[in-house]
Amino acid sequence: MKHHINFTVNGDDYSLAVDPWRTLNELLREDLNLTGTKLGCGTGDCGACTVMVDGRTVSSCLTLAVSINGKSVTTVEGLAPSGEELHPIQEAFIKTGAIQCGFCTAGMELSALHLLNNNPEPTEKEIRSGLSGNLCRCTGYNQIVEAISVAAEQIRDSEPEKEER
Amino acid sequence: MRLPKFEYFEPKTLEAALNLLTQNGNNAHLLAGGTDVLVKMRNGRLKPKAVIGLQGIENLNGIHFDSGKGLTIGATAKLAEVASHPDVLKHYPALAQAAQVMANVQVRNMGTIAGNLCNAAPSAENAPPLMAMGAEVAVANLQGDRRIALDQFFRGPGLTAMEHGEIMTSIFVPFPVPKSGASYKRVSARCGVDIAAVCVSAWVALDGEVCKDSKIVLGAVAPTPIRAVGAESFMREQTWTQELIETAAALAVQESKPISDVRASADYRKKMVAVLTLRALEQAYERAIKN
Ligand SMILES: Cc1cc2nc3c(=O)[nH]c(=O)nc-3n(C[C@H](O)[C@H](O)[C@H](O)COP(=O)(O)OP(=O)(O)OC[C@H]3O[C@@H](n4cnc5c(N)ncnc54)[C@H](O)[C@@H]3O)c2cc1C
Ligand code: FES
Ligand code: FES
Repeated sequence: MKHHINFTVNGDDYSLAVDPWRTLNELLREDLNLTGTKLGCGTGDCGACTVMVDGRTVSSCLTLAVSINGKSVTTVEGLAPSGEELHPIQEAFIKTGAIQCGFCTAGMELSALHLLNNNPEPTEKEIRSGLSGNLCRCTGYNQIVEAISVAAEQIRDSEPEKEER
Repeated sequence: MRLPKFEYFEPKTLEAALNLLTQNGNNAHLLAGGTDVLVKMRNGRLKPKAVIGLQGIENLNGIHFDSGKGLTIGATAKLAEVASHPDVLKHYPALAQAAQVMANVQVRNMGTIAGNLCNAAPSAENAPPLMAMGAEVAVANLQGDRRIALDQFFRGPGLTAMEHGEIMTSIFVPFPVPKSGASYKRVSARCGVDIAAVCVSAWVALDGEVCKDSKIVLGAVAPTPIRAVGAESFMREQTWTQELIETAAALAVQESKPISDVRASADYRKKMVAVLTLRALEQAYERAIKN
């Protein structure tokens, strides 16, 4: 039996019926055509499918679509809603050469966002452990770590009023 | 790679969940964070006809601390919430550590302690610190509730003292007695991300320099997490010395029954039991003298 669910993705409201055995990853990629979120291993190991649900990163391959009823989802498409102006994390990934094939990038950026939301000034070690659930076959990680510290600085500089508190 | 088909239920109350579980018999399977269940369903090891999600049940996700009494962790509280809870960090650092180092950020944002225990992997990482600290689990069925000491809970890989038709509702950890301390140590191939090849938890209670009581729990070196009872009783009422803990570590090695698998050889595991038991006892002692 299909289940009727209501949820938001990147601020847009959705209301639709899903089969219970479908994952959030399938819902996003196949039904909503949001293919920025990737599918790698399907078993929680690689992080390519990472999205945010109610502000926390999850593996969309291990999340049932029915379970997001009433929740709000953020995908990589939501980082740069206009499609023109990029998020500081995305800018930093480009600037530091943290993207090669790009397959891991969407998941990496969501993990980076989760990290910086909780810890605006992470150490290198904290960045590395924040990315513990994301694998990259190309970059060797150093550029990604650098991108996140560049992005952290950028975000801090653009929010001076927060720093004073 | 797709999940097999199933019916999904998301009951709002524990009673409704228990009824669904009983009505659907062996075709039903409970789902908390899904980080074990969905992996098993994907690779065909689990094909339930009915999946009962626990996340919608009210008041099952709380973490409550009562100083003097202890800590109660609701069955659907997330690993990340347990690991970052101020009272857990302050009074139960060994548990915070186990919940923090296991898996990765995403899995900790989804998975639960109860799921980790009910899944009953020999390597379940929250089991050693919880067993060492004398935890009990609360289990509900249609007839009522019962409590099971965690060191009586595990029966084999994937097997527990719970029966079909039962749901774990919470985990209770007693308030640490004065001059006691617990610790958690693990090794794995890929630092945190990988499931532990060996993990050890120690708990000690001191009276001056005398070890009044101790618990040593070994993970991933037997079909279930096990207490090294020989090592524990050897330490009881003895003066704390380097020699004492070295001998206890050697006894713990004798009590472990590891196998060789993809994560480590039996031989390496035995060596690591010695190293980790020693380190775990040292840290438990450090914490006990400060407590
Ligand atoms: C990439 C990855 C890495 C991992 N790394 C580790 C690791 O390092 N260490 C480790 O120990 N584990 C690890 N795991 C395993 C898993 O994440 C943990 O065991 C987790 O705690 C399971 O919790 P859950 O809520 O997701 O359980 P679920 O998958 O929802 O459930 C697990 C089992 O418990 C049962 N269950 C759940 N809740 C209840 C309840 N309240 N009452 C009765 N039965 C219940 C379910 O029916 C099922 O059989 C990893 C998993 C993945 C995918
Ligand atoms: S596809 Fe989800 S973690 Fe790899
Ligand atoms: S850029 Fe190719 S996997 Fe990371």
